[in-house]
Amino acid sequence: MVSNSGKSCSLRPCPSHHSKPSCRVTASTIAALASGRPPSAVAVVRISGPTAAAVLAALLRGPPPPPRRLSLRRLLDPDSATLLDTALVVLFPAPNTATGEDLVELHLHGGQAVVSDVLDAVTRHPGVRLALPGEFTRRAFANQRLDLAQVEGLADLIAAETSSQRQQALALAGGALSQLADGWRSRIIAVLAEAEAGLDFAEDEADVADRLIVSSNVALSGLVDELETLIADSGRAARIRDGLAIVVSGAPNVGKSSLVNALSMRDAAIVTPVAGTTRDPIEVPINLGGVAATLIDTAGIRESHDLIEQEGIRRARARAADADLVLALVAADDAAPDTGWAIANKCDLGERSHPQARFQVSALTGAGISELRAALTDWAQAVTRPGEPALLAHARHRAAFADAAAALQHAAMSADLVLRTEDLRRAAHALGRVAGRVDVDDVLDRIFSQFCIGK
Amino acid sequence: MLEFDVVVVGAGHAGCEAAAAAARVGARVALVTMDANDPGTLSCNPAIGGIGKGHLVCEIQALGGIMGRVTDQAALQMRLLNRSKGPAVHGPRAQVDRRRYRTAMAQALATEPNVAIIVAQVTGLRCAGGSVVGLTTTQGDIAAAATILTTGTFLGGVMHLGDQREAGGRVGAAASSLGDALRDLGLPVARLKTGTPARIDGRSIDWARVAMQHGDDDAAGFDGMSGRDPQLPCGVTRTNAATHQVIRDNLHQSALYGGHIASVGPRYCPSIEDKVVRFGDRDGHQIFLEPEGYDDFTIYPNGLSTSLPLGVQQQFIATIAGLERAIILRPGYAIEYDHIDPRALAPTLAAKALHGLYLAGQINGTTGYEEAAAQGLVAGANAAAAALETAPLSLDRTNSYIGVMIDDLTTHGVTEPYRMFTSRAEYRLRLRTDNAEARLTPAGIAGNLISAEHRRRFETATTLRLAARQQLDDLMASPSRLQNAGVETRQDGVVRSAFDWLRFPMMTADAVVKVWPELREMPTTLLESLRVDSSYQSYLTRQDADVASFQRDENVELIQNLDYRQVPGLSHEMADRLIAARPVTLGAAGRIPGVTPAALIALLPFTRRAA
Repeated sequence: MVSNSGKSCSLRPCPSHHSKPSCRVTASTIAALASGRPPSAVAVVRISGPTAAAVLAALLRGPPPPPRRLSLRRLLDPDSATLLDTALVVLFPAPNTATGEDLVELHLHGGQAVVSDVLDAVTRHPGVRLALPGEFTRRAFANQRLDLAQVEGLADLIAAETSSQRQQALALAGGALSQLADGWRSRIIAVLAEAEAGLDFAEDEADVADRLIVSSNVALSGLVDELETLIADSGRAARIRDGLAIVVSGAPNVGKSSLVNALSMRDAAIVTPVAGTTRDPIEVPINLGGVAATLIDTAGIRESHDLIEQEGIRRARARAADADLVLALVAADDAAPDTGWAIANKCDLGERSHPQARFQVSALTGAGISELRAALTDWAQAVTRPGEPALLAHARHRAAFADAAAALQHAAMSADLVLRTEDLRRAAHALGRVAGRVDVDDVLDRIFSQFCIGK
Repeated sequence: MLEFDVVVVGAGHAGCEAAAAAARVGARVALVTMDANDPGTLSCNPAIGGIGKGHLVCEIQALGGIMGRVTDQAALQMRLLNRSKGPAVHGPRAQVDRRRYRTAMAQALATEPNVAIIVAQVTGLRCAGGSVVGLTTTQGDIAAAATILTTGTFLGGVMHLGDQREAGGRVGAAASSLGDALRDLGLPVARLKTGTPARIDGRSIDWARVAMQHGDDDAAGFDGMSGRDPQLPCGVTRTNAATHQVIRDNLHQSALYGGHIASVGPRYCPSIEDKVVRFGDRDGHQIFLEPEGYDDFTIYPNGLSTSLPLGVQQQFIATIAGLERAIILRPGYAIEYDHIDPRALAPTLAAKALHGLYLAGQINGTTGYEEAAAQGLVAGANAAAAALETAPLSLDRTNSYIGVMIDDLTTHGVTEPYRMFTSRAEYRLRLRTDNAEARLTPAGIAGNLISAEHRRRFETATTLRLAARQQLDDLMASPSRLQNAGVETRQDGVVRSAFDWLRFPMMTADAVVKVWPELREMPTTLLESLRVDSSYQSYLTRQDADVASFQRDENVELIQNLDYRQVPGLSHEMADRLIAARPVTLGAAGRIPGVTPAALIALLPFTRRAA
C-alpha cells in the first residue's frame, strides 16, 4: 500500500548540503526501475531520498555494504523474509550522487517477476513511493547535480520513455485501463462535486443539501468494490508467474497421496495403508494445459497425539487456507467440505459415494482421473486467462488504484464534510495519475450544471 | 507635472486597497478617481465576505489591509456561514451600511498621509521606451514609476436593460476609453458580462409576508470590532411558478436571451432569466431582501439580477410574496465590459510585456469586492516595492487564497468572471480564517506592509500560540485519567498528549479544563484554533511532502521571453500551451492543463534558481 507513504515525512532541519531556505520538509523517497523493461539480463532498481539507506537495510540480513562498493547480497522480503533475488547492491551516500540524495541501486536478475516483487517490497517501506516520470532527473537538477547540457540530453530520452510507457499500457490493456480509470474518475468527480458544492455554497446560496451524503456513500462503496476487484485481479499476474496452488486434503488414509501420484503421473508421495503416513506437505509440480500448478499433498486431518503429526496437520490447514483450490477427498460418511471440490476416491471398491462428490475417481485404477485432470485444466485456464495480460500489470497503476480505493473507503467513513472531501480529492487525484489530471474546473463544471448556485 | 512613486487609477475596492498598500510600503501615492465620492462605493450587493471571500478579507487584514476594518465599522449584520461544516470552510460575512462603508473608507484613506486623491478623468497612459511612466488626465499629466489600473467594469462598459443600451461603467457613471489605449499597447482584451437586480423601496414591502434572517449574536468582526449598533435582519422570500411564467413569456425581451449580449457571465451569480431557463424543474428560488443601511429604506433583492425591461421587472417582482406592491427605485441591468487576459500578468500583477504597469480587480476578469481588494493589495505592494526597490510581497498557493487566486489568474486565465471558492485551494485545510495572521503576517512584514504596532501584536500572539502548543504537547493523559476526571472515552490504553486528545469530539472546552485545570487560563479562541490543527493533523502531515515539492518547483524560475518553439524536445502542442500562459516558474508551467512531465524536463535547461 502506498496510502501511508506520506506519514513518515517530518519537519526536520535540512542536512547541511541543502542550503536552500525552501527545503524545510524532507522529500519522500522514490523508487523505480531505472533500466529498460524486463525481461533483460540485468535490471537496475534505483531508490533515491532520505530513507534510501534504510530501505536497503530492511532488504538485507547483516551489515550494509560499504558505501560506493558494489556488493553481492541476498535480498529478502522484509515482511515474509522470503528470498527476492541475489543481487549486486550499492549505496551512494548524499550529496555526491546522481540525484544529490542518498541513492541505492539494486542490480537484479532482469525478470518481470523479480523486478515487480522487489519494487513491491521497496514501496511497502514507509515514506517510499514509485517515482513519477522524470522525477529522478528533476531531483538531480533541483540538487544541482546535473548541468544544463546533461539535462538537455535527458529530455529526449525521457520523452521517449514516457511515450513508450504509454504505448505499453495501451498495448497491455487495449485502452481498457484508461477507459476504466476515466469512468471511475468521472464518477468520483460527481460525488466530489456534491461535496464541494456543500462546502462552497452556504445553505442559503444554493439548493445543495446534506441529504446527498447518504446516496453518495452508496456510490462510494460500489466504487470501492469495483476498484478492489481490479486490484485483486492484478494478483493473477503473480499466479501465472508462481503457479497455482492446489491442496489435496481429507481424512487420513482416504487416498490423498495416491491421487497426487495419479494426477502427476509420478510416485512422489509415499503411499502406505497406514493412516498418517504423510506428515510434511509434499509439493508436486504439474502442468495444466500450459499453466504451472503445484499439487500439495497434506497430512490427513484427524485428532492425533503424535506431536509431529499434529504439526503436519496444522501446516495442512494453513496450506489449505492459502490454496487457489482445495481438492477435498471425502468418504461416504464424511461431513461435506467447507470449500473446494469434493472428490470421492476408491470408486473401484464399489463403495457408496458421498452425496456431494463432484468427481468419482479411483487413484488405483485411474478411473475418472482424466476427467478430473480436464476439469482442473479448465479451471486453471479460467483463473489465469494466460492469453490475456492482467490489466494492472504496472506497479504504478496498481499503486494509484489502491490509493484511490483506500481514500474512498476513508471518505465513506468520515463524518466531517471537509475531511471527507479531502479524501475524495485524493481519490480523484490518484485516478487522475492514470487517466490524466483532475482540474478544479472539472469539479466546478459539475457543480454548476447540477446546482442552481447564486442568490 | 505632478510626480508620485505610484499612481492608482480607480477608487473602487482594488484601487483603495492598492493605494493604501503602496502607502504602507512607503511610496508617495496618487489615487485618481472620476468622482470624489467613489472610494468605498459598493456597486452591487451591500455585503462583504462569505465562504472563500471571507478568507480573502481575513488575509487582507493579516497583511495590514483596510477592507476588514472598514467592513467592521459599517456592518449592520454579521454571520458566520458554514458553521456546521468544519473550520476550514467557515465564512465570515457582513451586511454593511453603504453610506457608513463609504465614510469609513474615506477616513481610512485620509489617515494615510502618503495618499493624495485626485479627481480627474484619465485620458491615456504616458509611455517611454517600452515602459509606462504615468498618465495623462483632464487635470494634467502625472508622472509615476509605477501605474496601477483598477478600472473595474468601466473599460468599454455597455449597460443593457431589455433592448436599450447605454455606454457606461455603472449607472450614472461614464465608461472609460482606456480600453483602446490598452489594446494599442498590445495587451490581450476579452469581454465578460455581469448584472445587478432592481433596488426596491423597503416601505413598499409587506414584511409580514416575509421570513426574517438574523445575524449571529456572537459573530466576531474581521478586526475584532466592538460597540456596534443593534443588527438588522434580512428578509427571505421565494420566486414561484407565476414569477417563472412571467419571465418565460418575456425571455425574448431580455438583453441576454434576446441576443443583445454574447459575452460570458458568471455561472454562480446567474440572472433570474438564467435560473429559469437552466433550472426549469425548480419550483422556486430563494430571494434575500437585504437592507442597504440604517438610515436607508432601499432594499437589495439578492437573487433577482436581470436584464429584462423595466415593465417586465415590475411584473415579475409583483408575483413574489411580500413584494406584491413593491416600488422599484432603480431597475436591474446587465453590463458588458472589457477585461485583460490575466495571463499577460506576472504574479506581482505587473504586465509582463510593459514595465511599470500593474492591473488589479475586475479588469483582470474577476468578480467580487473581496477578489478585487486582494488583488489591489498585491498590486499596490509590488508596485511600491518596484518603485522604491524594496522586497516584493511573495504569496503562493500553499500559504493563501490570495496566492491561489493570483496563480489561477496568471496561469489559467479566465473563461467567466473569476470568484473565489474554497474548492480552488488544494491546501484548503491549512488556509483557514483563524490562522490567517500566522500564515501571512510574516510575508507582510518582509514586504514592509505591517505597521510597528501590528507587528508587535502579531509577535505577542505568535509567542502565545507557540507556548500554548508546547503546553498541549507536554501534557499527557491516559484514557483512565480522563475517566477519573469524569470524561467518558474508549479505554484503549493509549497515552496521548493534550494536543492529540483535542481532536476527540468529547473533549469540549469544559472537558479539557476538567482533565487539565491548568488550561483554564488559555484563551478560548486560541484553544479552538489549536483544536482545529489537531483534528486536521494527519491530513496536514500527508500534505507536507506535496507542499515541499510545490515549493521546490516554485523556486525554479523560467527564463522570460523564452522562445518555446526553439526548445529541443518540446512538442508544438506543449509550446502552444506554454506560449499562451508564459509561466514564470517551473511549478506554474506544471499547473498548465496538459503540460506533461517530459515537457517540464525539456524546460529545465531554460531555468534559473530564484535567489
